[in-house]
Amino acid sequence: MDIGTFLVQCLNAVQYGLLLFLVASGLTLIFGIMGVINLAHGSFYMLGAYMAFALSPLFGDQFIVMLVAGVVLAAIFGYLLEWAFFSYLYQRDHLQQVLMTYGLILVFEEVRSLLMGNDVHGVKPPPWLEGSFALGSLMSYPWYRLFASAACIVLAVALYLVVNRTRLGMMIRAGASNRDMVRGLGIDIRKLYRIVFAAGVALAALAGMIAAPMSSVYPGMGASVLIICFVVVVIGGIGSIPGALVASLLVGFVDTFGKVLFAELSGMGVYVLMAIVLIWRPEGLMGRKT
Amino acid sequence: MRRLDPFLPLLCAVALALLAPVLSPYVSDFVVKVMILSIFALSLELLVGMTGLVSLGHAAFYGIGAYATVLASGTEGGSIALLLPLAMGSAAAYALFVGALSLRTRGVYFIMVTLAFAQMAYFVFHDTKVGGGSDGIYMYVRPTLGAIDMENRGVQFYVVLAALVACYGLLALVRRSRFGAALAGIRVNEQRMRAAGFAVYGYKLAAFVLAGALAGLAGFLLAARDGVVNPELLAWHNSGEVLLMIILGGLGHLRGAIIGAVAFTLLKELLSTHGFVGPLADHWQLTLGIAIIAFVALLPKGIIGIAARLSPKGST
Repeated sequence: MDIGTFLVQCLNAVQYGLLLFLVASGLTLIFGIMGVINLAHGSFYMLGAYMAFALSPLFGDQFIVMLVAGVVLAAIFGYLLEWAFFSYLYQRDHLQQVLMTYGLILVFEEVRSLLMGNDVHGVKPPPWLEGSFALGSLMSYPWYRLFASAACIVLAVALYLVVNRTRLGMMIRAGASNRDMVRGLGIDIRKLYRIVFAAGVALAALAGMIAAPMSSVYPGMGASVLIICFVVVVIGGIGSIPGALVASLLVGFVDTFGKVLFAELSGMGVYVLMAIVLIWRPEGLMGRKT
Repeated sequence: MRRLDPFLPLLCAVALALLAPVLSPYVSDFVVKVMILSIFALSLELLVGMTGLVSLGHAAFYGIGAYATVLASGTEGGSIALLLPLAMGSAAAYALFVGALSLRTRGVYFIMVTLAFAQMAYFVFHDTKVGGGSDGIYMYVRPTLGAIDMENRGVQFYVVLAALVACYGLLALVRRSRFGAALAGIRVNEQRMRAAGFAVYGYKLAAFVLAGALAGLAGFLLAARDGVVNPELLAWHNSGEVLLMIILGGLGHLRGAIIGAVAFTLLKELLSTHGFVGPLADHWQLTLGIAIIAFVALLPKGIIGIAARLSPKGST
């Protein structure tokens, strides 16, 4: 592998990892704070991708405006979904949560098929991000992918600031480390849950919107992302946002370089990584011992 | 009626055996399918209902059992005496690997890890040429053993029925054994079992491997019935559906797994048949999804739970 290819693959790995981070951070917070295992989280990623497909003709050049509009829509959707459905799951055991969110996936998939059909769609990147720039003498790298990474970094920093520097973030961190204590301190936990859930949905949908121009938009795209995000959460440790970031990047690198180095068995790479982490630190890289 | 209760499963099996020759091919085929799924569901009941381990990757062992059967029978076909232990052995071997790692975790983690390892097995069959890639592979000749030829539909029926009875009997024995009591103890209070000096990890791993082997048995029967396998057998939808069967029937009862397998298969058949639900049949995923949510929300104890509520004294 020459240096140019290596650089391009590194950029790809970082970009993929950061995208996973957006989905996984919401997932890990929902686990960590509400204690809900949400199989339907991948559907929110799919929702975002289909939103990008449906909205991009309307917004044309205004890609950023579209992202903002999509995030707002997704957050409203998440807020309502928590109110109508997920708030009833908190008191139930994991098995019932698994099955009910599994049922929800079927509903989402069918609604998607009714509204959008079952075809594979492509989404064009906005005109000002088309094309690519030269990297060394032989390689080039698409502007859009660079934009995707940059957008994810901005979001990751924003997420960090919200979680570590605001009152809301303080409540979120407290919720993730001791749910009952937060409840005991008189914080409106139902409101906190609703906000965290809406934020998780918005992040996953945003990841889907950003990913849409890079990967096509297709049925079942939520499931593959969901399972990889489970791997990320297991590696990083439940409820830990820094853990999710480290794990996402690790998974991004393992997956990307796995594809380059071992074409056929590449799908296994991330699971081998997970197995190693489980042997070494079953509670995840940044998880707390239970 | 209550005195008959313990013998009910056996009576059902005898009734099925007597009915087999008069069933129409369609019904007979349907019953065989449900019996295979019942074995699959029973194997998961050992984990979820008896030990309290919620695995969302059980389809991997089912699929591996099926793939092992087809791959080993080659173009010549093979003997049941060889293929059956091989199918169960390969499933058990993968269960040993997955169990050894995933049992280091608990709760939500365990669910995610079992799902992820099942997906890994799925990718092995889907992406590599081992098992014909995403198209799967056909079995040229179905397994035989002396006069028992799985090619014959009638023979198939009795083989599957015998396997179901054996599996049910084995698990009923496990429940009564010291091993089963230890598993029940782990389900109720793992900490206490550990304090009482039980090697909890070993017990859970043994249950996991046994459950994997029995799922492999179901996979073997499925391969022998269908004569074809594809990676979708290992897909997580299958893991989700089998989990649903045992909760639909009623968790914590062996017969619940079978009732659930029957009920779920009927429900799915019903919701996707135009004769019953009209144009909605094209959108069976929607109705099934809503039905799943409603069932779990309203009947967390499953169909057996309804029966228990209806009978004044409450039955088991």
